[in-house]
Amino acid sequence: MNSFAPLPPDWPGGYWLHWGVFVIIILAFVLLTVMIFLWYERRGLGRIQARLGPNRAGPLGLFQSVADAVKILTKEDIVPAKGDKIVFWLAPAVAFVPVLLVFAVIPFQDGAMLADLNVGILYVVAVSSISVIGIFMAGWGSNNKYSLIGAMRTVAQVVSYEIPLGLAIIGVVLISGSLSLTEIVAAQNIPFILFQPLGFLIFLMASLAEINRAPFDVMEADSEIVAGFHTEYSGMKYGMFYLAEYAEALVVSAIIATLFLGGWRGGVLPPVLWFLIKVFGVFFLIFWIRSTVPRVRIDQIMGFAWKFLLPLALINMFITGIEVVLLPDGLPWPIIFLNIAIAVILVVVWSRFFKLGGGRVEA
Amino acid sequence: MVIKTEPFVLNIGPAHPSTHGVFRMRTTLDGEVVVDLQPVFGYLHRGIEKLAEERTYTQNIPFTDRLDYLASMSNNLAYVMAVEKLASIPVPERAEYLRVIMAELQRLASHLIAVGSFLNDCGAFMTPILYMIREREKILDLFEMVSGQRLTYNYMRIGGVSQDIPQEFLPALHKFVEEMPGFIDEYDQLLAENEILLARSKGVGILPREQAINISASGPVLRASGVKWDIRKADPYSVYDRLEFEIPTGSVGDCYDRYRVRVEEMRQSVRIIKQATEQLPSGEVRSPVPQRLHPPVGEVYGHIEAPKGELGFYLVSDNSIAPYRFHTRAPSLMNLTALRDMIVGWKLADLIIIFGSIDICMGEVDR
Repeated sequence: MNSFAPLPPDWPGGYWLHWGVFVIIILAFVLLTVMIFLWYERRGLGRIQARLGPNRAGPLGLFQSVADAVKILTKEDIVPAKGDKIVFWLAPAVAFVPVLLVFAVIPFQDGAMLADLNVGILYVVAVSSISVIGIFMAGWGSNNKYSLIGAMRTVAQVVSYEIPLGLAIIGVVLISGSLSLTEIVAAQNIPFILFQPLGFLIFLMASLAEINRAPFDVMEADSEIVAGFHTEYSGMKYGMFYLAEYAEALVVSAIIATLFLGGWRGGVLPPVLWFLIKVFGVFFLIFWIRSTVPRVRIDQIMGFAWKFLLPLALINMFITGIEVVLLPDGLPWPIIFLNIAIAVILVVVWSRFFKLGGGRVEA
Repeated sequence: MVIKTEPFVLNIGPAHPSTHGVFRMRTTLDGEVVVDLQPVFGYLHRGIEKLAEERTYTQNIPFTDRLDYLASMSNNLAYVMAVEKLASIPVPERAEYLRVIMAELQRLASHLIAVGSFLNDCGAFMTPILYMIREREKILDLFEMVSGQRLTYNYMRIGGVSQDIPQEFLPALHKFVEEMPGFIDEYDQLLAENEILLARSKGVGILPREQAINISASGPVLRASGVKWDIRKADPYSVYDRLEFEIPTGSVGDCYDRYRVRVEEMRQSVRIIKQATEQLPSGEVRSPVPQRLHPPVGEVYGHIEAPKGELGFYLVSDNSIAPYRFHTRAPSLMNLTALRDMIVGWKLADLIIIFGSIDICMGEVDR
């Protein structure tokens, strides 16, 4: 179904050339896509919220991100006098670099990736959780109570959501039989979202919490703790956090596209284009959720992870395992219907038992 | 291992995204839980009550605009009604109806902002409040037609209103009244049953019925606690006794009830406006009032049901052209009294929405 030939593993020839070209491609891709994402989200939110969104800088406001970047670069860089200066300086880099590293294993098309690790998805999960250290460093180094509250919330939340996130990935890995992202994509003659509807939902929820997007954006809940961990940041250091936030959204969109939506596969169009279409589609879903639902409180977020997502992820893993063992090459369509039915029943039944409650603490 | 923890003090405000003005809360937090709260206000004090003692009764009307700047029409109405009571000035019937229409439009505008900013405090990123503001714009357009202003209207006068409505007002109002119930239903449907909103606001920040009465709460805050008290019914003024409407009440007194009561009140306001436009008589809009008004010696308390609660003006006259004493009973300030009891024990995130659900306007609290 794909008429485009896969790239050789050392494209465009030679180890160092491959390495250099892909580093440049990844840097350009991340920075450019983040800029387009910013415009895309702001315009999209504008449409959803019955307003226009940025439309002054360039055609359709496309250069708004450029204007913002120029502004942010020329801003005064303020370091709190009583802050922990080294930690304060390092934090943006620690938050941003792991996000860039993740792109090393994401296949833009067949074979087009920096390193085809055979433990690709494990690498993604491991590296992406380093970001939270940067966020905690920012909260600690700022010497600001709002920042510290935001940072503490983030650590609790991100560490909790790693678990359902990892368990949801196991379902995909069980079906494809590989941890390599290229092989996971190659195994998707039918996108895994159909085999793993429950896994997809859990992964989406958990990754929203991982990247601190609404409704789990308690770390920078602007109506509660001003700007959370980056309250004290200004200038390009703030810009780095902003960049990291959107780059994380890009990572999550790319991973969801790769794991559940068939990555670069699709036919007719060039594979890279398919990959981008899927990434932008997932990102639309992310900011659509952001603009629609209120924020969840921190104790409810933790309850959601441990009482709702974790048991469902475990059940999903067991069911997938049983299916893989009993029907190693069974008919796909009955399994798809069975899995969708299981997902619907489980979510409905479990939400009967589970309530996002939490209440008053008596003194 | 036991980790030693201790509560810390966090200053929320006076400049904070969700203090609705310049309000400051000195909170003591134990982790995320609020263990103590001390409200501090006065950052917007402009001395309006004292200034008003130096100006004539008519000159004071613009000051009232600047009390609750989200409900200027209601403030105008409460003040001019107090003066009319003090000097026994009759008001033409058409003016009474116009006042009711304006007051109810103002209630809609104020509640739209209250509900929108409450949802914004809940963390629904800007979307609800922008839709609410879109509807509020239509009301502001109507106000601009009659008064020329969009925020501080200065429309009511002692003995009537400043001018009759222009020709294009009634068709525009009619169109608005026809459309509004649909919009209210639509927004209500989008959020009222939202699982996250229910989890965040149901049972949160309960103000018990007895306490609500004891602190002299009024408006939606009081009615959400289950007390059926509305000045429009309890002490009917203007022409409210000729109009049919209901008083929505809550049962628990939590944030969700306060939200529901406001949404229901918006529906009732549309109903009142509809009836008032149907009954609107023709005639004068202002009775003759001497340019230098010397009310007889005495004191008066005039009150109305403003969007945020019972808004009262206490005036003392010494037969001069200026009031001897000018005091405002501001509903926002009274409703704030229970803030600490409602918030202590809840988390930081709840603090914001409990505070938001009271719906205060700092212009009125600090005066």
